[in-house]
Amino acid sequence: MIGLLGRWFGRALDRRLGLAKFVRRAVNHVFPDHWSFMLGEIALYSFAILVATGVFLAMFFNSSSQKVIYHGSYRALDGVQLPAAYESVIHISFDVPAGLLIRQMHHWAALIFIAAIVAHVARLFFTAAYRRPREINWMIGVTLLVLALANGFFGYSIPSDLLSGAGMRIGYAILLSVPIVGQWLAFLFFGATVPASVTVPRFYSLHIFLVPALIAALIALHLGIIWRQKHTNYPGPQRTDRTIVGSRLWPSYTAKSLGLFFLLFACVAALGGLVQIDPIWVYGPYDPVAIAPGAQPDWYLGWVEGAMRLFPGVNLRGQRLVPNVFFPGMLLPFLIFAVLYLYPFIDKLIYFDESDEAHNVLRLPFEQPFNTALGCAVLMFLLVLFFAGGDDVIAMATDSSVVDIRTILQALSLALPPLTFGFVYILCRRARQRRSASVAVTTYEHAR
Amino acid sequence: MSNRLKEIQRVPDEKPRRPGFKPRNPRFSAGEVVLSALVLKMYGSAARNLARLFDHKRDGASSRAEPSVRAYDRDRDPERDRVTRERWGTALVAAAYLASATGGVVFLISYWTGAGNAWLGGSLALFLGGIGCGLVFYSHKLMAKREAVEAREELASSPAERERAWQDICAGAHDIRRRGLLTTVAIGAAGFGAAIGVSLFRSLGAPPGRSLFDTVWKQGQRLTKMDGTPVSIDALEQGSMMIVFPEDSIGDEKAQTVLIRVDETRLRLPEGRGNWAPKGYVAYSRVCTHAGCPVGMFEATTDLLMCPCHQSTFDVLRGANPTGGPAARALPQLPLYADADGMLRAGGGFTEPPGPGFWGMPS
Repeated sequence: MIGLLGRWFGRALDRRLGLAKFVRRAVNHVFPDHWSFMLGEIALYSFAILVATGVFLAMFFNSSSQKVIYHGSYRALDGVQLPAAYESVIHISFDVPAGLLIRQMHHWAALIFIAAIVAHVARLFFTAAYRRPREINWMIGVTLLVLALANGFFGYSIPSDLLSGAGMRIGYAILLSVPIVGQWLAFLFFGATVPASVTVPRFYSLHIFLVPALIAALIALHLGIIWRQKHTNYPGPQRTDRTIVGSRLWPSYTAKSLGLFFLLFACVAALGGLVQIDPIWVYGPYDPVAIAPGAQPDWYLGWVEGAMRLFPGVNLRGQRLVPNVFFPGMLLPFLIFAVLYLYPFIDKLIYFDESDEAHNVLRLPFEQPFNTALGCAVLMFLLVLFFAGGDDVIAMATDSSVVDIRTILQALSLALPPLTFGFVYILCRRARQRRSASVAVTTYEHAR
Repeated sequence: MSNRLKEIQRVPDEKPRRPGFKPRNPRFSAGEVVLSALVLKMYGSAARNLARLFDHKRDGASSRAEPSVRAYDRDRDPERDRVTRERWGTALVAAAYLASATGGVVFLISYWTGAGNAWLGGSLALFLGGIGCGLVFYSHKLMAKREAVEAREELASSPAERERAWQDICAGAHDIRRRGLLTTVAIGAAGFGAAIGVSLFRSLGAPPGRSLFDTVWKQGQRLTKMDGTPVSIDALEQGSMMIVFPEDSIGDEKAQTVLIRVDETRLRLPEGRGNWAPKGYVAYSRVCTHAGCPVGMFEATTDLLMCPCHQSTFDVLRGANPTGGPAARALPQLPLYADADGMLRAGGGFTEPPGPGFWGMPS
């Protein structure tokens, strides 16, 4: 019965669109079987969850900063005058059925989305998957990471709670610090000095229209290019630059991938239901005079925050002023992303890769000691910065002074990356030597 | 977690029942009957699949596996292996399916009875996780593993094809070039379009102008508390602080000022500020010069102001010079004097524009 219906429907579609050829190619498309190829998929599915939960939230959110009086089932704020944006989020959290669940799922999905992209980028970097012909897709991917970070910032800025207000001020200070054009940039972007009543509506519009649309378009392009170029393969039997090995899209890959989607969705639902996140009713509404100690941004901006805390208090003063916020807040992220964008070409210089051929077999991390060591050193640097973003929390937890913790972390941020680089480099070299020795023995035995 | 949180989480549960609330007639609606039948059917089929696992007589084979022996047993019966695998696979998928159905039922009940967030999230997770596990088990246990090896197609076109494409473009372009007007129009349109687009960006914000330099405070303004009462010369004990505003902009973010009373004899203000601190009262901008957070904490024992955002510290006795942390500029100081009635007034604006630094700032 279903078979008959499917045939009828298929014929109807094929007659109008000529789909059969494409479908046949699609169901036979080969995907490599390796868990690390799922990281990008996790990011894709998190985005789907974000859109679904976000549409729900947008139906209730109000971006205005006008003062309104809250009436609802959250008694602590009942009858209190609040900014409308904050009030609408309280309303979603306490008075909309399942609203809190959806809101917390949205926030958790955002954290997972960015974590998955970062892990995906790291996997591609450590296996040199960005090499010819995949340079374009690598750059699209890095752009997606930038957009995801930006949208995360917009997203947690709009509820107008105390924490998001602090984040917005810091963002404003960073933009204002740019040499020459900083004043204009800050005023055009935030509308006026923060806090301005136009800023939240603006961020909201960017958060739900422009950036998601860009992300969706780039994801489509990203997938289209992957489809055309096909995946890479880890080295192994029968895997060469001219072959692809794996399982076919239909049915086993589809089942696995759908299974992954549902499992991810389940994790997000469990987190949204059981683990509290961003309890804005505890922080209170934004108040320009108040500030909470121990405030941290979401994890993916922790490194910028940490860099701002560790950077020494020295301004660049000449005729004009370059505030020191500029270096950790603007220049450091800019440099890191610039290197990421250009890495496919930097790699060519490092490994004297002048071939015109496509690279479809990945390099294993120990086969590229420099890249692996560099990647680990940068990750170590970012990790130290991440911890520095919570130096006051560490100081409180260990009952020591913030000054000591900061000094230690400053030293670590300078010492650990080079040490990591050397350590990983030597480790990779030794692994490579061992591998080539064992390969030599095997070849010798084969020859006998 | 604080009591406050517990209180928060309790709130939705304490919904008062409507006056005149009557228990419902315990007959089942049609929807409930259909739903129950569906659930029963799902449970039935899942249970049947599970039961098959323990039915040893079927297929005449014991399902007890002895993997350590089997793995090396070349004479093992592949058919029996397949059957065992299939059974276990089916059982796992059925169990996942059961869990999923349970999650679905619990979610619906939780939603319609207004249960708390944990119930909703937990049951939704069970529902989705069950489906996910079922699918993964299905693909791992029940689907044949066939590794496919395929040749990749060459992505690049042949030089001849490339040449033909280029020729086609050139042929078209020739038409355009011949009509020079078309090129002019295109360039002009693009130029105007870009100019219009860029101009529209201007709507996004007022030009910064001098607004960043404005310090809000004016000569002679009274120092006022958040609640609107003016501050007199004996408002503070030594070693304490308060937040003050100019009398006409109370609550203004940029004008917020911290007023501290310190020991007059220990004050070491920069030159030219000798008479700015009547009776040991000093006033500084409360907006951090680093990233603009309110400099919220004052420690009387060390005479330091600290910003809770990035832990910059400022020495109150020495014109709020930065002593640690990332801030590199002193907090702008507000000159003070006491009028004839003993009220504190501003002797002018801040020494510098308050808030984070920028390119045009006087250095």
